[in-house]
Amino acid sequence: MSNSLSAAQRVAIARNPQRPNISDYIDALFTDFFECRGDRLCGEDAGILGGVALFHGRPVTVIGTRKGKTLEENLKCSFGMPNPEGYRKARRLMRQAEKFRRPVLTFVDTSGAYPGLEAEAHGQGEAIARNLYEMSRLTVPVISVITGEGNSGGALALAVANRVLMLENAVYAILSPEGFSTILWKDASRHDEACEMMKMTAPDLLALGVIDDVIPEPDGGAHLAPAIAFRQLDRALRHHLAELDRERGAALATARYQKFRRMGAAAPQKETQ
Amino acid sequence: MNNIFAKRRARLLAMKAIRDHHAAGETAVTCPKCGQMSDRKQVAQELSVCPKCGYHFPIGAYYRLSTILDPGTFRELNEKYPAGDPLSFPGYHAKQEQAQRKTGLNEAVVTAAGAIGGHKCVVGVLDSRFFMGSMSAAVGEKITLAIEYAGKNHLPLILFAASGGARMQEGILSLMQMAKTSGALARFAEKGLLYVSVLTDPTTGGVTASFASLGDIILAEPGALIGFAGPRVIQQTIGQTLPEGFQRAEYLEEHGFVDAVVPRIRMRETLIQLLRLHEKGGHT
Repeated sequence: MSNSLSAAQRVAIARNPQRPNISDYIDALFTDFFECRGDRLCGEDAGILGGVALFHGRPVTVIGTRKGKTLEENLKCSFGMPNPEGYRKARRLMRQAEKFRRPVLTFVDTSGAYPGLEAEAHGQGEAIARNLYEMSRLTVPVISVITGEGNSGGALALAVANRVLMLENAVYAILSPEGFSTILWKDASRHDEACEMMKMTAPDLLALGVIDDVIPEPDGGAHLAPAIAFRQLDRALRHHLAELDRERGAALATARYQKFRRMGAAAPQKETQ
Repeated sequence: MNNIFAKRRARLLAMKAIRDHHAAGETAVTCPKCGQMSDRKQVAQELSVCPKCGYHFPIGAYYRLSTILDPGTFRELNEKYPAGDPLSFPGYHAKQEQAQRKTGLNEAVVTAAGAIGGHKCVVGVLDSRFFMGSMSAAVGEKITLAIEYAGKNHLPLILFAASGGARMQEGILSLMQMAKTSGALARFAEKGLLYVSVLTDPTTGGVTASFASLGDIILAEPGALIGFAGPRVIQQTIGQTLPEGFQRAEYLEEHGFVDAVVPRIRMRETLIQLLRLHEKGGHT
């Protein structure tokens, strides 16, 4: 583990186009993946990839944001920025996971939900809100992994999980550091400063109680030795899944909600009369 | 006894509402939409709506409550809930104090128990004058406490949204309030209770993508900007100008995301109707 990296350096690693993507994780960690497409309402969004697979022989539902590796793929996936159809597909697959009592594993790497005209016309806000709502009550284990960049509600819409794991060099934030410095200081060049202040790195978020575990990466980032990163992630997923398997369905939903319920709450106080 | 308290509450809300309701003195108000001047009294009679073009001026939370609640029923919940600074963000504390002095608010949301047309309910109102009504940890917490209070007491819930989105200075903890409030509403829904969400200008970002979009009934004020991404960001992304009326309340109604666009002057009677229609819910 390299603890000496600055937040801005981690952002650069998190965005490295050579970094493993959702397809790489599926190939490395699962077998028998069957992709499920469409939201069953009106569309299919390539920006989210989902389906059923085996994890060490056990059926799981896998959902992740997809950026694509070639320019053609990038365009098809809106560079990993999902549309409402993608979030609704994810919701459909989560409900399906609940029906078949299999865990949900999500992989998040997105600069945010797609800010487009059609995305708005199709209810981007509603699609994300509904995912947060439904994920809070799922009675199967949910584990989310922030693998690269996790920005805004577009990332959270797949990350209301019993365990939120982060790769060591991944970042997770309210929005991109560029957007942050533009909004706060009207100056995108203060990017590095913003990265530090935003508390977006895995160690920072672990300390804040926003995430539950950090997955070590090889020196310089997961793209330099992906097999090592996959092995670490596999070990962590097995460990957390085994822990969650001990809990009953209703308790999983309650524990998941309570974890988020506590975030940002001041010391308990009496209601004013 | 009750009567004395009711009178005191009515006076308290009236005082806060007046404080909310523009600076006194000027006799004419200029509408930012149509540019025409109107008599202040006339604008006030229309509940801060331009008599010429129907533009809905932004209004403060207490003033909003005074236009909705039955007189003497207002009882604020968690009034003293502290504004926080979870990331110890440089300069934030001073800005919060400044906003508090300017608005008389503690944070960007006021939550209250009260009655509308005799129907007891819980009402929360975001105030866009305080950090653009953005979602801080305190805002998320106060809304969640209001949802829980309504659930515990089997009361319907009404939330008025007005928000620029996330509170930048609270970073990731602002984001987490989306999960918290949405999860709280899922638990509230299990009790069979009514939640009415009212979208006012502007409702954007993380508030749109959480509690504001989760109402059993969703109302909107005319002309309100409602969306997830801001219009400027969308324009930059797609590189073309946006159609007239894009992301306005009427546009959302047309696209299936709003039940009804309700002018401010008719909001109270609409809420009374909805509360009456759902009267028997939630008592199993």
